[in-house]
Amino acid sequence: MVCLRNKVFKIRSKNAGPFTVTIDVFCHSPNDLKRTKKLLDTSTLSRLFGVDENKFEIYEIADLNVLKVSFPRTHSQGSRLDRDMHGAQFAELLNEMVIPNNFEEI
Amino acid sequence: MIRVLVPSGVLGLEFSKDALQRGLENKPDIIAIDGGSTDSGPFYLGTANSKYSRAVTLGEWEYLLKARAQAKIPLVIGSSGTCGTDTSVDWMVAITNQALANLNQNIRLATIKSSQPNERVVAAFKSNRLTSLKHAPTINEQIITECTGIVALMGVEQFQAALSREVDVIIAGRATDTASIAALPLMKGIPPGIAWHGAKIAECGALCSTNPLSGCIQVDFHANCFEVEPLDPSAQCTPHSVSAHMLYENSDPFILHEPGGYLDVSNATYKAVSDRKVRVSGGQWVSASKYRVKVEGVRIAGYQTTSLILVRNQHYVRNIKSWVDKLKTFLEQSIYEKFGLNGESFFIEFRLIGADGVLGPLENYHLELIEIGVLGIVTAQTQQLANELAKHINPYLLHFPLTDNEELPTFAFPYSPAETERGPLYEFCLNHTLQIDDPLEVFTIEVFEANGMSKK
Repeated sequence: MVCLRNKVFKIRSKNAGPFTVTIDVFCHSPNDLKRTKKLLDTSTLSRLFGVDENKFEIYEIADLNVLKVSFPRTHSQGSRLDRDMHGAQFAELLNEMVIPNNFEEI
Repeated sequence: MIRVLVPSGVLGLEFSKDALQRGLENKPDIIAIDGGSTDSGPFYLGTANSKYSRAVTLGEWEYLLKARAQAKIPLVIGSSGTCGTDTSVDWMVAITNQALANLNQNIRLATIKSSQPNERVVAAFKSNRLTSLKHAPTINEQIITECTGIVALMGVEQFQAALSREVDVIIAGRATDTASIAALPLMKGIPPGIAWHGAKIAECGALCSTNPLSGCIQVDFHANCFEVEPLDPSAQCTPHSVSAHMLYENSDPFILHEPGGYLDVSNATYKAVSDRKVRVSGGQWVSASKYRVKVEGVRIAGYQTTSLILVRNQHYVRNIKSWVDKLKTFLEQSIYEKFGLNGESFFIEFRLIGADGVLGPLENYHLELIEIGVLGIVTAQTQQLANELAKHINPYLLHFPLTDNEELPTFAFPYSPAETERGPLYEFCLNHTLQIDDPLEVFTIEVFEANGMSKK
């Protein structure tokens, strides 16, 4: 079983203010960035994070080989149903995402 | 050239004194440090509390006051005391007075306050001067009135107004992370695209370097670029470490909104000058036609009492989900009957620490466990009621059987009493901008002599 974390340099998440989470996926190369972008389409992201597909903003930072995904928090930071004050553990859902064995051929 | 020394990402998080000394030898024009953000949650703004200990804050601040006197340059702090309320500024002034007495020092001190009276924000809401930012919650007059803390985030103009009064130290309330760093370079004619970009890179101290824990960095602002380097020998700034900082806690990696406009770094270039210094150019500043400042507000959304039990018995660990579901249904029913409450007036939640405590319904893995923590959270409209409900839950958390015909279990309470009063539950309820005609309109600047000499 291959997970996304096996194919990228690092993945981190953090609040961008109390109402938004932002995740940075640092890839090894421009090609890996393209592959990662294909894997992280909005329907996959929606399934993983429980947020509507049209709420995701996706940015490519070519110079850094980074794919950035920002989306609204389901529960604002620190509100009654929030479980992660800093939003830093959301990254694990992408780290552990199972990806096709043929990542290099995507 | 304007040289800004940033001792660390936030006061209270330590910085290397050797690195700071090295920075002072380079003759900076100003020392700028941040005092907080919303990062640690709504409690701090709700209660005007500091996240960091007073003793640690005093120790670091005293050291910076000494460094400032030695270098004869201004020292500025934004977002004082974590949340930047007026109370937090007063807290920081009291710490300053204590430090000045210890140092036998007199200074000319400015405070800039940024707490907002609820009525002012209600008036702005009614006159359409309050604008929702992305993912802002829905607000109304009542919600704004209920806020226990509202602050506006100042930009550079407020710092500049204080700096122009030739003060030694500025203690500011809530400010954008960048404002205290960008203020002086902009005042001295550095182009805004350069000044704001350099300030954003430096706002978390050495987080833009290869050794984030090393604290101190130095930014040189020139007419056509800025140069950033860490002051601790263990750290390096590389084009990668510096440009990656634009991503940090920022939903859009190319745009940064500030009072009076926004920074666009889409065309910025990052070049290594040496193995530890990076030169950056190409940031563009786009001025806005209206001056808007962000406002943050929190209100009380209930009162909480928590209970924690630990379950080690394998029969219960394996069936923990069904157990808490059954327990919750039973307890809600008994609370309706015994307390005469309806479903809207209280909440009981059980979080399974060890199973899905962090991700809840988003968790994808369910592995075999040795033990599990069940964190019970009661939320009610008063603290007294939350405590009462938690006490009612106590014996069932300890003994509730999975099925009707099995022996009563007894789980482990890790401490006595099992209940912990959490106090008010605060929630952020504003993510808006406030349009003002004059940058100084909703901020209050005071300048006074703070004399610590022979006070000890």
